[in-house]
Amino acid sequence: MNSVLKLTAVEQLEMLRSGAITSVELTQAHLDRIAEVDGVVHAFLHVNASGALATAAEVDRLRASGASLPALAGLPIAVKDNLTTIDEPTTAGSKILEGWVPPYDSTVVSKLRAEMMPILGKTNLDEFAMGSTTQFSAYGPTSNPWSLDRIPGGSGGGSAAAVGAFMAPLAIGSDTGGSIRYPAAMTGTVGTKPTYGAVSRYGLIALGSSLDQIGPVARNVQDAALLHDVIAGHDERDSTSLPEDLGSMVAAASAGSLAGVKVGVIKELTGEGFQAGVSARFNESLELLKAAGAEIVEVSCPSFQYAIAAYYLILPAEASSNLAKFDSVRFGMRVTPEGNPTIERVMAATREAGFGPEVKRRIILGTYALSSGYYDDYYGSAQKVRTLIQRDFDAAFAKADVLVSPTAPTTAFKLGEKIEDPLAMYLNDIATIPANLAGIPGMSLPNGLADEDGLPSSIQLRAPAREEKRLYRVGSILEKAHENVWGKRMIDFAPEVKAGA
Amino acid sequence: MSEITPDVVRHLAGLARIDVTDAEVNRFTEQLGLIVDSAATLKAAVAGDVPATSHPIPMKNIYREDVVLESLSQKAALSGSADSESGRFRVAAILDEE
Repeated sequence: MNSVLKLTAVEQLEMLRSGAITSVELTQAHLDRIAEVDGVVHAFLHVNASGALATAAEVDRLRASGASLPALAGLPIAVKDNLTTIDEPTTAGSKILEGWVPPYDSTVVSKLRAEMMPILGKTNLDEFAMGSTTQFSAYGPTSNPWSLDRIPGGSGGGSAAAVGAFMAPLAIGSDTGGSIRYPAAMTGTVGTKPTYGAVSRYGLIALGSSLDQIGPVARNVQDAALLHDVIAGHDERDSTSLPEDLGSMVAAASAGSLAGVKVGVIKELTGEGFQAGVSARFNESLELLKAAGAEIVEVSCPSFQYAIAAYYLILPAEASSNLAKFDSVRFGMRVTPEGNPTIERVMAATREAGFGPEVKRRIILGTYALSSGYYDDYYGSAQKVRTLIQRDFDAAFAKADVLVSPTAPTTAFKLGEKIEDPLAMYLNDIATIPANLAGIPGMSLPNGLADEDGLPSSIQLRAPAREEKRLYRVGSILEKAHENVWGKRMIDFAPEVKAGA
Repeated sequence: MSEITPDVVRHLAGLARIDVTDAEVNRFTEQLGLIVDSAATLKAAVAGDVPATSHPIPMKNIYREDVVLESLSQKAALSGSADSESGRFRVAAILDEE
């Protein structure tokens, strides 16, 4: 592997600025890496070599001419395949959108283009982002770079694996119930779900509109901050976009000490149900935070026990409505049955052929939750639980500046496990879902290797709405403390991905 | 005990415009039954006077400046369609012949 790939995004940018490497060279190195290992990792659904190299060449030309360039110009990036791109197919991991090339760019992709970042390609995901393992992609699963027979997490397993296997220095993810943070936890990388509305959702193929949020995927906190600052900000094309500026995450990630910071441990998300090695590393990190000046307090969030049940009514209800647009008329697949069928028959045949099992399951569940007679008992109750969860967070944040727990109860499990047991699968998201229900930001950080299996464990930081700067401040300090203990970066523990494996 | 029966699943799939096979009906009946049973705990959790939250960060009256912005051309809007004619989406018959 070309040694430049192992550098952080910050370091790669320094090389671009100093002229030590051109953007074409850096982009080609990443494309070569994709060609070398993506046959076994399968992080990408589509690679746009010519588009990425054209952007890179333009950056090199402008730099040579002495023109001023955006801060991240020339640094390649990968984009989750549920964000529209005008020059590449966008499938959301579904057969129903196979080959669809959208007629417009999502706002986040427009921002990446304005920043002149070469877009390497589109990354794999569970179909329409419904899943936590990437196994529900219609195009086959992604493998975890740490252990190819294990899940990379989901739904954004492609973005996390691309970054984790050095195929891209940065990537874009989306997080509805943990789809940025859970894959980060499984792959030893960093992922942030910003406050709901902090990043425009325009051009994101909607899953759960009151839950979805786009965010950065990276190998370390400072790199995530760089990308966060590029994609955040108000967008009048998204009516849920926050009007206020939430500040610079890069500046927040440079702060020195945790003196005076209170870190709350969520009682209900520790101990029982969490793998021993995950808990051991988590407790060690609490000691590191204390040593950095933080005060550790315990907080209780009793309503979190209802979070998964509430989420799996609210999300399917919103998804069943959002996915009604895939009707064979305006875009995507059309299957016409024999005879002289009406459009209704065409729709039903198309959706049968185009949707996979998890999508059908959730659409039918959502249709049930919204049907009259059941609405109050199910959907209505779930919305009330959402209020209780917000109140739990409010009470906890009255006692602490950030809240912590492991991001995931276990390390990465084997591909194929739990796939026929939706309820067992939904437990993966137990620690990530509450933040989506409440709209608050969360960040997953690598937290060392679990003793049982040598796989990445994780810690999640949460802050009140609009306070993501706290995540970057605490996250960068904890990351530094970890690196001092380990003598290297978390990602440097990862075994080399063998192309022929 | 769950209210999810094979007939309920068939009815819901019809409402959602998804053809389902008998094997899918059987699988979804069992799986949805378990999910719905677990959701039944919610009703007890919110027995008191709790307001519903439909949106995590409520905002009201979101407007932008009333000016014309660039929008999709007709050609671009039709570009993803399986079939179009004379600048319109072309679909199968809406109504049955009977």
